[in-house]
Amino acid sequence: MTETLVQEPGTEPVKPSRPSGEPLLVVEDLTKHFPVRSGMFGTTGLVRAVDGVSFSVKPGETLGLVGESGCGKTTTGRMLVRLLEPTSGKITFEGKDITHSKGGGLRQLRQDMQIIFQDPYASLNPRHTVGRIVAMPLQVNGINPPGGVKKRVQELLELVGLNPEHYNRYPHEFSGGQRQRIGVARALALRPKIIVADEPVSALDVSIQAQVINLLRELQRELDLAFVFIAHDLAVVRHFCQRIAVMYLGKMVEVGDREQIYERPAHPYTRALLSAVPDVTKLGASGRIRLEGDVPTPLNPPSGCRFRTRCWKAQEKCATEEPPLTVKPNGALAACHFPEEGTIK
Amino acid sequence: MTSTTVAAPVGRSPARAAVRRFRKHPAAVVSLVFIGLVVLAAIFARPLSGHDPNAIDLLSARSGPSGAHLLGTDSTGRDVLSRLLFAGRISLGVGIASAAIAVVVGTLLGSIAGLLGGWVDGLVMRLADVFMSFPSLVVIVVVAGILGPSVLTMVIAIGLFQWPVCGRIVRGVTLSLREQEFVLAARATGAGPLWLMRKHIIPAALPPVSVVATLAVAQAIALEATLSFLGLGVQPPAASWGNMLTDAQSLTVIRSEPWLWLSPGIAVALTVLAVNFIGDGLRDAVDPRSAS
Repeated sequence: MTETLVQEPGTEPVKPSRPSGEPLLVVEDLTKHFPVRSGMFGTTGLVRAVDGVSFSVKPGETLGLVGESGCGKTTTGRMLVRLLEPTSGKITFEGKDITHSKGGGLRQLRQDMQIIFQDPYASLNPRHTVGRIVAMPLQVNGINPPGGVKKRVQELLELVGLNPEHYNRYPHEFSGGQRQRIGVARALALRPKIIVADEPVSALDVSIQAQVINLLRELQRELDLAFVFIAHDLAVVRHFCQRIAVMYLGKMVEVGDREQIYERPAHPYTRALLSAVPDVTKLGASGRIRLEGDVPTPLNPPSGCRFRTRCWKAQEKCATEEPPLTVKPNGALAACHFPEEGTIK
Repeated sequence: MTSTTVAAPVGRSPARAAVRRFRKHPAAVVSLVFIGLVVLAAIFARPLSGHDPNAIDLLSARSGPSGAHLLGTDSTGRDVLSRLLFAGRISLGVGIASAAIAVVVGTLLGSIAGLLGGWVDGLVMRLADVFMSFPSLVVIVVVAGILGPSVLTMVIAIGLFQWPVCGRIVRGVTLSLREQEFVLAARATGAGPLWLMRKHIIPAALPPVSVVATLAVAQAIALEATLSFLGLGVQPPAASWGNMLTDAQSLTVIRSEPWLWLSPGIAVALTVLAVNFIGDGLRDAVDPRSAS
């Protein structure tokens, strides 16, 4: 079934995984500043939603983008699929600079890169049938697949584990998990090479989360998909992502492999984040790091290291000098002057 | 191109619930029947009246209602019933045509303003403010004076003065839809503003717009009557409810020949009232929250 989907004539067959050195997507120093106006005379300020983020994704790989609410994860994801125009920085996809591509180039890019949204209720138009929703990407791009749109849509529905007979139903007739599958089917319609999944399971029940995650894993294996998986749930990320990037207040604080991040995190913030994951096997707050205070406003972020206002290791250097992302003893890249060492308790 | 394969069955639960709510409005239902009858009467004006609306018969001028002329005749002996029915064509036509202009212009400008935002939005909305702050009657009188009175000028002028109401509503709908994830999903696959307007915005704006359109029809009918009464709208010998009232400008007519002004007056009043009732019923039907 999926074999025919992948290798239908008339479209470029999905290439086998490239040698691991060549990344599919490279993001360099990406920033997004939103101007805000306040007061009568329009004193403008800048919300530094994303302030210099760099990472890369290899074909077929899953990169987890984690951080608290408001750290710029979603903004980053939306810049990747070009729903938001980056303020500065560079996005390279398959060796091509796509940061400001327009017209035909953007059209092609949109077929290669798709997005899944968080809220399975808001991401489907309640007035459209499932068939119409999943067919939309094909129609927008004027693609008429062999066998017709309807056949292709039904194949997609089957691929994500939905009954193809439900083609004419409306979103309200489905459960949250099923709706999210519809969203996945829509994202797959154009056969993307990479999918930005913006908290795809946060709005679902825990039992349904596992189903959707497993579906994404199967699809990844079958279709050789790469994912940028945005989430705040570290347990889900650990389950799904080979590499993890941790963001704090618009900055990347640590990037590394799953083992590096989860077992020997170098950045204090990563450590605090991980220690906050509830673990039923160890009830109580023994190894828990409690962060004081709130996340500072991105309108006026702290000087130097942005995490210093809440960091227990902060010293004078942290206020004056911004730590660069460098390789730390755990093997991961982290932005910290005084990195942590050793495995997590 | 491929739309045949995705033809969605229309009119499932939401539409049916709206019909049910509309039917709970007795005034609206009665009005709908009444307007239906008015439309039919206007369409079948000739067989119903049995007279030529413009046939002059000086011998039987100013005669009261009788078997030959059910609603009497006017100062030149023309049959009032026949003129009333033919006038219905013009009045309803003007009302619907100018409301259609208002809705089309308002929907286009409102959705463009909402989708593009920025200076386009500012420009369109200031334009709407300008149109809304002018006394429309005075401007239309001036325009009719410059271009010469005609039905077409009147329709366009009325339509242009009514678009801001619709434009604002559509802009509001667009703004609330623009950040919805299903619209973002469409944009992420490459859908442009036109696609978003056709597939997402206009269908979502249709219920509130249909309410505004109905109310615009009522206003346009009243405005047409006003303009024609002033001699700036429909020109004699063509009949409209407004210019039929022109005949009744003297006190003697008002006192001694009531059939001349009663019938067109009642026709305008009842039609406008009925259309307004339908609009109210529609509003409650499409927006359950506003129902009492």
